[in-house]
Amino acid sequence: MKKCSDLVFRYMRVDHLPQIWCPGCGNGILMRYVAAAIDDLKLEREKVVIVSGIGCSSRAAGYLDFNTIHTTHGRAIPFATGIKLARPELEVIVITGDGDCTAIGGNHLIHAARRNMELTVIVFNNNIYGMTGGQYSPTTPTGEYGTTAPYGNIDRQFDIPLLAAAAGASYTARGSAYHTQQTIKVIRDGIANPGFSLIDCLSPCPTYYGRKNKKGSAVDMMKYQRDHGITQTQWDKLSEEERKDKFIIGQLTKNDYPGYTAIYRQIIEKKRENTENKDRK
Amino acid sequence: MSRSVLMQGNEACVEGALAAGMRFFAGYPITPSTEIAEACAVRLPQVGGVFIQMEDEIAGLAAVIGASVAGKKAMTATSGPGFSLKQENIGYASLAEIPCVIVDVQRCGPSTGMPTSPAQGDLMQARWGTHGDHPVIAVSPSGVQEVYSLAIRCFNLSEKYRTPVIFLMDEIVGHMREGIVIPDPDSYEVINRPLSGVSGINKTCFHVDPGEWVPRMAPFGDGERYNITGLIHDESGFPTNDHDTARKLMERLFQKISCNYDDIVQVENDMMEDAEIAVVCFGGTARAAKEAIREARSHGIRAGMFRPVTVWPFPEKELRGWIPQLKKIIMAEHNAGQMLREVQRVTEGRLPISFIGKIDGTLIRPDEILQKINEANNEKMQ
Ligand SMILES: Cc1ncc(C[n+]2csc(CCOP(=O)(O)OP(=O)(O)O)c2C)c(N)n1
Ligand code: SF4
Repeated sequence: MKKCSDLVFRYMRVDHLPQIWCPGCGNGILMRYVAAAIDDLKLEREKVVIVSGIGCSSRAAGYLDFNTIHTTHGRAIPFATGIKLARPELEVIVITGDGDCTAIGGNHLIHAARRNMELTVIVFNNNIYGMTGGQYSPTTPTGEYGTTAPYGNIDRQFDIPLLAAAAGASYTARGSAYHTQQTIKVIRDGIANPGFSLIDCLSPCPTYYGRKNKKGSAVDMMKYQRDHGITQTQWDKLSEEERKDKFIIGQLTKNDYPGYTAIYRQIIEKKRENTENKDRK
Repeated sequence: MSRSVLMQGNEACVEGALAAGMRFFAGYPITPSTEIAEACAVRLPQVGGVFIQMEDEIAGLAAVIGASVAGKKAMTATSGPGFSLKQENIGYASLAEIPCVIVDVQRCGPSTGMPTSPAQGDLMQARWGTHGDHPVIAVSPSGVQEVYSLAIRCFNLSEKYRTPVIFLMDEIVGHMREGIVIPDPDSYEVINRPLSGVSGINKTCFHVDPGEWVPRMAPFGDGERYNITGLIHDESGFPTNDHDTARKLMERLFQKISCNYDDIVQVENDMMEDAEIAVVCFGGTARAAKEAIREARSHGIRAGMFRPVTVWPFPEKELRGWIPQLKKIIMAEHNAGQMLREVQRVTEGRLPISFIGKIDGTLIRPDEILQKINEANNEKMQ
């Protein structure tokens, strides 16, 4: 693996660093994992597009030295869909937050998954709305606190990969800021997967989620990820009770359903031919 | 070679757009615009383009902006409730300067209203619909032939000025069927966005060269690397909170439209040369207005029609030019007085204005306009 500084100089817009994130935020770590995965895959840099929505997490696009577009809140996936359909040869990666992706953008998520659109969606999931100051999100656990859940959150929580897989995503996985190797691997596999890939990346937000919920320091939050993230094999051996506060790190689901632009290309080829033949007659 | 065909307004919109080079459409079905999506679904793959039906109108425009960023001329079409949903991303395209065409085939009423009935109640929404101050170009056709030619023009303006252009149709023209002439491709101009041709990192992707109005664009994937954002940004495409930079950017966005007013604004003057009474209208309403002024002329009344083809920016210079010779203006529109406000603003009380506005889904009839013309003519005699 490349040294962190190599990746920074190679793939980040260093004149725009330091980034805006708080000390201890998981987003910077996850951004490096994205760069490392792209580096591993030796993708041609001009062919990579990073699309983001709005939120702390979505600021990542601006720091990455590719074609980058920071869009509107919740809409990164449909913007990315347009880019991919217009130029299927591009590698289109979406970086989004849990709110961006599953609250305001939830409808776009399930439909892009249903179409198996060839995108890689990487969610920096901090269980809260960071940018707007700590309101509960669709991944805030029931009973926990946010500025808009002063008496405890009564909503139930989305399991984002499960949601995406049910909607039709051909690859889903989970990583975390703590699990370096595993997370780089699932991002890499997600990008390499031809269809719709969703990677849920757990990101500590010590400033809001941590503080509101007494999760301790940024280091404590990383330790939590270390102690509660397990492999599928370990998971399979646990009882329902033992699984309660654990989560699987690694690939979750995979199938080889064909991607949308690949199918649409066939329509274009057929219709073009028909039209040209007709014109010739 | 030109050829004659019978065509519906919505179909002509698609054929005109294709002639302008549209190769991407994303939208969501809604009456009375649906035929545009349907025709795009058939036609785009035939020319190597892409159609997609998205999950809603917001996604439709988002995908269109994405496709445009990747170098395709792209369009979406909607109506009423869908036009409301487009608004946030219209602002995005405006600030990030992404060319795209948004067709709004206006229908009656707020909310779901009367989906199959005509109206022109989105005139002000086309101007002010997205939040924050922003410039706008909106163009409104009055018949099927013009739908075709103005669809090309919308793309040309959008590409040239790197701005979203609103093609403000209405149910009248959208569902009208007429014989039209499909012009020879050599007979009209097709404009493409100015390209930068930089490769590698571009740290000045939003820099404007002297003598130009917009930054040169680089389609994603063509070899240049840069950032696009809907935040106020500097020349490098990066967000900034610097007030000087913000002011300069906003000034340029307004000026690229206002300083090119003569290139952007088009009007139709019908029998205006010696007119004393002007019927002002836009879009499909022009059909009734033309009939009425012809009838009035046959009785020796000097009536004419003034029609903004470009509705935004409002053709104030052209309207102002007619004021000295006019005795009265009759404003006819299918709304509660949206263009009327502009006409009042421009005429500054120097002329009496009578108003015909319909918001019940029925059409303004030629005889209703004629009656107002006759009244105006009688007042003049007194
Ligand atoms: C249409 C719209 N609604 C609301 C907002 C305000 N807003 C900005 S970011 C955000 C939430 C971000 O949460 P998340 O996506 O989880 O990202 P995070 O900041 O936690 O990384 C909200 C509500 C907005 N920008 N646009
Ligand atoms: S508020 Fe939370 S998510 Fe946002 S930068 Fe700070 S720590 Fe990170």
